[in-house]
Amino acid sequence: MRAETILNAALLAMLVAVALWAWTADEPFIITLVTKVAIFAIAGIGLNLALGLGGLVSLGHAAFFGIGGYAMGILASHAQSYTPLMEWPLLVEGTKSMPVIWLVAILAGALTALVIGALSLRTTGVYFIMITLAFGQMFYYFAISWPAYGGEDGLPIYVRNGFPGLNTLDPIQYFALCFAVMCAVLLLVARIAASPFGLALSGARQNPQRVQAVGLVPYRLFLVAFTISGAITALSGALYADLNRFVSPTMFSWQTSGEIMIFVILGGVGRLFGPVAGAALFIALEHVLGGLSEFWHIYLGALLLVVVLFARGGLIGLVAGREVAHD
Amino acid sequence: MKFTTLATAIAIGASAIAAQAENVKVGMITTLSGGGAGLGIDVRDGFMLAVKQAGRDDLEVVIEDDQRKPDVAVQLADKMIQSEKVDVLTGIIWSNLAMAVIPATVAQGKFYLSPNAGPSMLAGKGCDPNYFNVAWQNDNLHEAAGAYANSAGLTNSFILAPNYPAGQDALTGYKRLYEGELAGEIYTKLGQTDYASEIAQIRASGADSIYFFLPGGMGISFLKQYADSGMDIPVVGPAFSFDQGILQAVGEAALGVKNTSQWNKDLDNAANTAFVAAFQEEYDRLPSLYASQGYDTANLLMSAMDKADVSDTQAFRAALKAADFASVRGDFRFGSNNHPIQDIYVREVIKEGDVYTNKIIGTALEDHADAYADQCSM
Amino acid sequence: MSIVLLVEQVLNGLQFGVMLFLMAAGLTLIFGVMGLINLAHGSLYMVGAFAAAATAAATGSFLLALVASLVAAAAAGALVELTVIRRLYDRDHLDQVLATFALILIFSEGTRWVFGSFPLFLEVPDYLSGSVTLPGGIEYPLYRLTMILIGLAVAAGLFALIAHTRIGIRIRAGESDREMIGALGVNIARLYTLIFALGAALAGFAGALIGAIQSVQVGMGEPVLILAFVVIVIGGIGSIKGALVGAILVGLTDTLGGFLLPRLFTLFMDASSAMTMGSALAAMSIYLLMAGVLLFRPTGLFGGP
Repeated sequence: MRAETILNAALLAMLVAVALWAWTADEPFIITLVTKVAIFAIAGIGLNLALGLGGLVSLGHAAFFGIGGYAMGILASHAQSYTPLMEWPLLVEGTKSMPVIWLVAILAGALTALVIGALSLRTTGVYFIMITLAFGQMFYYFAISWPAYGGEDGLPIYVRNGFPGLNTLDPIQYFALCFAVMCAVLLLVARIAASPFGLALSGARQNPQRVQAVGLVPYRLFLVAFTISGAITALSGALYADLNRFVSPTMFSWQTSGEIMIFVILGGVGRLFGPVAGAALFIALEHVLGGLSEFWHIYLGALLLVVVLFARGGLIGLVAGREVAHD
Repeated sequence: MKFTTLATAIAIGASAIAAQAENVKVGMITTLSGGGAGLGIDVRDGFMLAVKQAGRDDLEVVIEDDQRKPDVAVQLADKMIQSEKVDVLTGIIWSNLAMAVIPATVAQGKFYLSPNAGPSMLAGKGCDPNYFNVAWQNDNLHEAAGAYANSAGLTNSFILAPNYPAGQDALTGYKRLYEGELAGEIYTKLGQTDYASEIAQIRASGADSIYFFLPGGMGISFLKQYADSGMDIPVVGPAFSFDQGILQAVGEAALGVKNTSQWNKDLDNAANTAFVAAFQEEYDRLPSLYASQGYDTANLLMSAMDKADVSDTQAFRAALKAADFASVRGDFRFGSNNHPIQDIYVREVIKEGDVYTNKIIGTALEDHADAYADQCSM
Repeated sequence: MSIVLLVEQVLNGLQFGVMLFLMAAGLTLIFGVMGLINLAHGSLYMVGAFAAAATAAATGSFLLALVASLVAAAAAGALVELTVIRRLYDRDHLDQVLATFALILIFSEGTRWVFGSFPLFLEVPDYLSGSVTLPGGIEYPLYRLTMILIGLAVAAGLFALIAHTRIGIRIRAGESDREMIGALGVNIARLYTLIFALGAALAGFAGALIGAIQSVQVGMGEPVLILAFVVIVIGGIGSIKGALVGAILVGLTDTLGGFLLPRLFTLFMDASSAMTMGSALAAMSIYLLMAGVLLFRPTGLFGGP
């Protein structure tokens, strides 16, 4: 516990330190990278709630990530072109306001996760992995073929959306915003994990029968966890879309699902801060290895292999020891 | 990866161009890893060949790999503009990446020279004085194919393309000038590799010709399967599926196919002859369409550098617009929307020794501009 | 729409299906016996195609190319099993997914490093090119017909192998009780390597067969891999029979969906939006099929409880 707490604090401090250093050194790209870490970490924290606490191996979280992205893209593009989203039965206008976009992203993500979860949770194990993958692919192909919002070309938004009191176009301010959201999400998930619901969920993962015996329905616990997980990942999708000022069907691709899962596993499954560490490591690797060779994917692959084979419990498990790992 | 290439002019060039001493820094974002890497590598090699030949020390090129991911491209563009402080961006291959990067780039006052993608949006309503397209507007080669079909007496084409924006644009482009009937029109799945179903439908439709736009591996698959189907109605396509890089993978199936292109290695002009020879000398392979576009992009840029300082936006813009360089495709000038006005040729796939390649058999369209220039208010 | 065209489309769906079966059979065996999810199966398919293309270019013989694909994929499979995969058998699915995802990265970029970024050339041999006329006046490519026959023959061989040979008995025993066959003195490690190599060889073989009419390029394995997963999930993981039925279902759904859906949509909307809508829905159709099957049979058509 102690080692992990210190490590978690150090992680947060490091992110802030890197961002501040980049700010003073006038290296805006580094700030963008750290912002990316914070945003991907949020996606990972979302997945980790389903994966770590609930044991639900979802290979379809790109669906929620993409939904969040498109929530931003669709709302902002309508605001940008001054055309209402729909006029009937009630007038809905687009918006460039981040809080509104986030709310829509969270609701859309939750709703999608509720439907996908309700259907997918009828299966378990590999079947669950594959059916979530299939739902992700459905969204991917739909986004590519649907011409209204750019299809495969995606949807550029020319100016980053606004947040009251902030100049979001300033990299350091946008980083601060994303970092704050990440901390809020961390806090939320920590409280969920410690709540009766979190304990019941954890119990349902380890032994569904026992949970059933005390009168709880594992299916419902899993469904609630999956829904919250989808909502969090959708929020990160909206943030990511704003970071790039662009959304495209790539956000829905199964490689995106794979990457979100990598953040979680690299950091340590079930560890609260695992996705933060995982995302930071992954992006740092991408940045450093990408500078070394045209064939940097080989090194990335080899490194991932080493982590899986020899560093079980991920980065945090490696540093903090395995004693508090969820199993 | 990052190759910072200081075009080292070995002392001689240094004093000769001292009058225009201001350095220009170019950021090249292109696809160098993964499935579409061949195109990016060709653009890069063509561009760097021109830079090397010029041997000037006031031009610095930073190259990064976008992995064909739009989000990565956007982040690289931010990095190049914010951290590397480049003056000019170039290199993007794919329209969806171009749409993600170019509007924000020119909005920040930087120049963008497109060596490949030319989405209609950026030629029409979204045009910008700082954005120059050195390749073509996306519809151009398809329009030329439609015009060629008319002149070749084809009156009942079956047309197909993947179901994504560039595919929809391609078929629209073909239909814009094509005057005959359509035997059928199919949108296939993006990334589809089996075309048995489509070929059966073409066979049943009674078409007299096929026009297809299936970039990359999709086109290879289609041509092989078509050749194997025993059908022999003529096939027409844009140059992308018959390019030097992939033609060897299609093999005999491509022989005799007509395709439209604004460039070919047998174009008879001094710049092109020199380019083809130098490219083979440098890289030990035949140059492709993409390499020619990269080469022209670099030469356009350097022609502007000779006339104006990049910091003087107005002057540099005018210098680019003048397009005062020897293009490997012969005559080249910019239209009002900064897109090329150029001849588009019809090529036929032939075999030279062991190597499959193209030869020009005619001109499909002369001094062709694009259909969106009117929508551009600039 | 004529009957001939429809029959031809059904044949196309069947051909696509049997090729998917070659991929799915290995996947489902590996999962059934070793409990391993292998995302890198598509890479072995790619290895087979590249080995075939390189051999065909060097020797000019298509048969040798097919042999090379079997050998190369089996060797790559055995190598990967010995170095990486066998450390994953007692891990959870999560670790397996990540490790084999890492293998994809290594295989793809490694292949690009060796063979370059451009697609390779592999063609249908002269004696299999052209088309034949089937009863009813259907003209159908000879090569595709051959692929259907080869696929069905491999399926029959595989069923015979599992039902009637000693190794088949061990495979079946391994599926139901791993400790037991170990106790019976079977060298489990060797059995696993063998099964993995067999699955890899089938995938490589499929890669070579398909490579002749498609593009031999880096990344060619991933789309097929996802389809193969859809197949085994529909069929029930671990079941060879399920893989066959699932493969043919997916093949037919994909081919006929792409063919019929746009036509169906023209009945109630204008041609061009029917085309886009129909194609969009067709692209999603197999995933809808899979979701549908799992809703009613959460462990697939032939999967155990």
